[in-house]
Amino acid sequence: MIQYVWLVPVFPLIGFLINGLLGKKISKNTVSLVGPGSVGLSFAWVLGCFWEYLHLPAKAKPVEVFVFNWITSGTFNAQAAFLVDPLSLVMLLVVSGVGFLIHIYSVGYMHDDPGYARYFSYLNLFVVNMLILVMANNFLLMFVGWEGVGLCSYLLIGYWYEKQSASDAGKKAFVVNRIGDFGFLLGIFLIFYTFGTVNFREVFAQAHNFPVGSAILTIITLCLFVGATGKSAQIPLYTWLPDAMEGPTPVSALIHAATMVTAGVYMVARCSALYVMAPISMTVVAVIGLATAFMAASIGLAQNDIKRVLAYSTVSQLGYMFLACGVGAFVAAIFHLMTHAFFKALLFLGSGSVIHGMHGEQDMRKMGALKNKMPITYAVMLVGTLAIAGIFPFAGFFSKDEILFKALTDGHVGYWAIASLGAMMTAFYMFRLIFMTFYGEKRWDHHVHPHESPPVMTIPLIILAILSTVGGFVGIPLIQGWNVFHEFLAPSIAHVAAGHEVHHSMTFEVMMMLVSMGVAGIGIFIAYKMYIKQPELPAQVTAKVPGLYDLIYNKYYVDEIYDATVVEPIKNGSVFLWQEADSKVIDGAVNGTASVVDRLSLVIRKLETGYVQNYALGILIGVAVITGYYLGR
Amino acid sequence: MNFPILSILILLPMVGVALIMMLNRENQWVIKGTAMAVALLEFAVSLPLWFWFNSNTADMQFVELYPWVPSYGISYYVGIDGISLLLVLLTTFITPICVLACWEDVQDKVKEFMICLLFLQTGMIGVFVALDLFLFYVFWEVMLIPMYLLIGVWGNPARRIYAAVKFFIYTMVGSLLMLVAILVLYFYHAKVTGVYTFDLLKMYGLKIPFEMQFWMFLAFGLAFAIKVPMFPVHTWLPDAHTEAPTVGSVILAAVLLKMGTYGFLRFNMPLFPEAAWYFVPLFSILAVIGIIYGALVSLVQVDLKRLVAFSSVSHLGFVMLGLFSYTMAGVQGGIIQMINHGLSTGALFLIVGMIYERRHTRMIADFGGISKVMPVFATIFMIVTLSSIGLPGLNGFVGEFLILLGAFKANKAYAIMAATGVIFAAAYMLWMFQRVMFGVVTNEKNKNLKDLSMREVVVLLPVLLFIVWIGVYPNTFLEKTKASTANFVAMMEKSKATKVAAADVIMKGDQR
Repeated sequence: MIQYVWLVPVFPLIGFLINGLLGKKISKNTVSLVGPGSVGLSFAWVLGCFWEYLHLPAKAKPVEVFVFNWITSGTFNAQAAFLVDPLSLVMLLVVSGVGFLIHIYSVGYMHDDPGYARYFSYLNLFVVNMLILVMANNFLLMFVGWEGVGLCSYLLIGYWYEKQSASDAGKKAFVVNRIGDFGFLLGIFLIFYTFGTVNFREVFAQAHNFPVGSAILTIITLCLFVGATGKSAQIPLYTWLPDAMEGPTPVSALIHAATMVTAGVYMVARCSALYVMAPISMTVVAVIGLATAFMAASIGLAQNDIKRVLAYSTVSQLGYMFLACGVGAFVAAIFHLMTHAFFKALLFLGSGSVIHGMHGEQDMRKMGALKNKMPITYAVMLVGTLAIAGIFPFAGFFSKDEILFKALTDGHVGYWAIASLGAMMTAFYMFRLIFMTFYGEKRWDHHVHPHESPPVMTIPLIILAILSTVGGFVGIPLIQGWNVFHEFLAPSIAHVAAGHEVHHSMTFEVMMMLVSMGVAGIGIFIAYKMYIKQPELPAQVTAKVPGLYDLIYNKYYVDEIYDATVVEPIKNGSVFLWQEADSKVIDGAVNGTASVVDRLSLVIRKLETGYVQNYALGILIGVAVITGYYLGR
Repeated sequence: MNFPILSILILLPMVGVALIMMLNRENQWVIKGTAMAVALLEFAVSLPLWFWFNSNTADMQFVELYPWVPSYGISYYVGIDGISLLLVLLTTFITPICVLACWEDVQDKVKEFMICLLFLQTGMIGVFVALDLFLFYVFWEVMLIPMYLLIGVWGNPARRIYAAVKFFIYTMVGSLLMLVAILVLYFYHAKVTGVYTFDLLKMYGLKIPFEMQFWMFLAFGLAFAIKVPMFPVHTWLPDAHTEAPTVGSVILAAVLLKMGTYGFLRFNMPLFPEAAWYFVPLFSILAVIGIIYGALVSLVQVDLKRLVAFSSVSHLGFVMLGLFSYTMAGVQGGIIQMINHGLSTGALFLIVGMIYERRHTRMIADFGGISKVMPVFATIFMIVTLSSIGLPGLNGFVGEFLILLGAFKANKAYAIMAATGVIFAAAYMLWMFQRVMFGVVTNEKNKNLKDLSMREVVVLLPVLLFIVWIGVYPNTFLEKTKASTANFVAMMEKSKATKVAAADVIMKGDQR
């Protein structure tokens, strides 16, 4: 099956074409069959490939499947070809698996939307591009998927295009991502001129020929990371992601939580061979990741829109993944990427179920006491929350703990401390979400009748809840030889200075686990205290530190700062260029020349009197002058 | 292959002109039908060029050489290589689309309109296939007249005369200097070799002193730079585009602008290679300025056509940057981008024309929410927009990527600055799209707009086909340009050494 792995993106591509071109003509049931069905086929095919890959002899791995030469010019060649290795397989499983569940869920969630077929065609197109992104065997093809998912993100954020805020958010996402892509593109140029190829394996095989810390590798990895900050919403390019919540909630779950936004993490992990040679870049990645994790978590503390909380939470969790990459724990990053895909998709879909049941209400201040109205939604969201908060034995516990542990053992106590503080905030804001939504008094409007969602929505939720519960066990860190995930991924990932691996005592590991559980526990306790025990407390707290609260509530005013320092100056400058430089100076000069010629010719025209005598006089004078000149010489 | 395809391509539209002249002007449909038939036949005749073209040689193919005015060394000398092949095909491809596009649009003086269109086609084909400088100049000037008429007669009544005159005078200023330079070249060739000839390929072999190259490059360069148009001689373009009828804008964007970039590649660079190296910084910087400036100014336009016009300045800046990189990727990318721009911007003008026909306004502010009322139109418009902003998988990306790749090799600073244009392109195109297509329909007049008719879809579909084809499998087209580009790059590389020496002479001369 691996030889036909290109079918994996082809299935949803066919789905895209059918729903996109014929969507209006075919029945809704057909659309519902084609949309999720095509992704289901992909998932099945990926499972088959996975199974086959496990049984391949070692020397046949990894597999590259060539399809055709895409762009060839001189010595440059970018293939349309796919790389099947452990890393891409993990990503393929996550993308097609979670993607499939979210497609099914969408059948229920989007059921009454007039643009039903359009929605599924976009969603299928997204899956196509995401699959290309993770399967590409070279940087340029990866870039195709990279921009392609950006396009679908744009289309789906602005799906309800009649809403100004939605189309604004879509455009913002695309343009901000383009800033990141600019860095990615420069990275590709540098890679080609440094290595003479853009093929992953050929590039990585040459990486060790460079000295550790070489300038060119540092610049390349930093350029690529600029791309990652755009796609994966890290400082300074994260501002588009919270706005992206304008899209339908399943889109937020699939694109803006589980898959697309993790593309940056995937890319950094994919390029681990380059990053480990560039310590400065590693530090940058770690620091940016850590700062984003912390900052986004702090913003999450004060948001009231259920999706916004989750959005900032996503930004924050992505920060943790980059922190992991930055300290060299690439496998931990991918591990967290996977568990995060489970529990964050779950949380988003759960919030969608809430919003669905609440007739579109997203403000948590207007919810409360939904526990009994939506028991399944409540249960699965609690699972997701426990997972993200890092409570044993849920999936997030293992992956987050591993990141914190790696940060600490790598000698970065500071990283560890800040990341732990972030984890505490995570536990707090997530339980705040649970308490505000499902507990306390009902605060919804009288015309709202909350109800549980239909099975087509709850079944995917339950499956994701199971994955969020047991998904972490593939990467149990304690027992040597039992960490299946590490072992499986090892061939795809490079290590920092081989042989550096230090084994810590099991007691130390267990102790650290308890510490991180304790940290989460504190966060949960505070949330419990503030939102269950003493509901008057939040108001008192905010009153005590109004400045800080405003700052956080208004997301540190970063959007406003960007507007004032970048967007507005560019707009004003452009108006100046157009109306002053172009119209007045350049065109003014052109028209000026014309009018000078015009006026001159008016003068000259007076000489053209039409009287032969005048001309004769002129000729005479001319002759006289010329003769005089020659005679006088 | 003695079949004179190129001559047929040049003459066939003139046959069409003669036919239409004989038709009764009342019979509009017959006139349109005849024009359409001729344009389609022309396209059919041009197809063998594609299939019979030998991609493995940089030599001129389909050559026809007949003495014309032997006493002055003027000959009828035509032929194509990998550089002109695609441009000729673009011309024959876009003309039937244009005829079909103006099927209902043009009501007034249909006969003259079609005559102009076909006459223009002869000129355009001629410019791309002429290998004799005199012949080239004839076609170059011939083409000016029908375009002038298209703008001046069928343009937007308010400002069409201003725009037409501006277009004409701008172009003439450049052309006259070029004519002088052609004559100088002609006499120089005679002085050196004793042979009076306008044969371009013979001129290639001339060893022209650097100082002379310097002035000649500028004289030719100005004519072509105006046509491209490069910053700062671009200001005729927004006026011409805005005032021209839809079809005029399409041809202007798709084909006429390419004559500038083609001119650099065919004449300036190979004829005066040392000067071409010398001028790299100047022209690259102007190209980069054009890219960014065009994009920024596009951002704040309120008129759709003007926005697309300024975006052309930006796109053509990319082409120039690629050509002046003298690298395989840069030049191949430049050629592909000429085609891409023809397709995407041509399609954009068609699209703007379609909406203009319905609403008789081009102001962005008059629209909003059109997606809802015209879903088919919205889809096609979206794809073309994405092609224009260089989304991978569509044609624009291939061109821009190769250009930047080549430019990056030549000079990192230029390439990096140019690459920011990619960001701005997304900003101005998507913002425009948002304001026109998204939101709620607020303007009463937009509530009942009809979606695209079958004819309009047929007009746009062929363009879409190539937008996707070039994006997904560009090698079909890159293959055709390979040998000629490699030959060009090798020639430029060879002259690089002499250029350094020549520049030294200049430097010393200055010190003296």
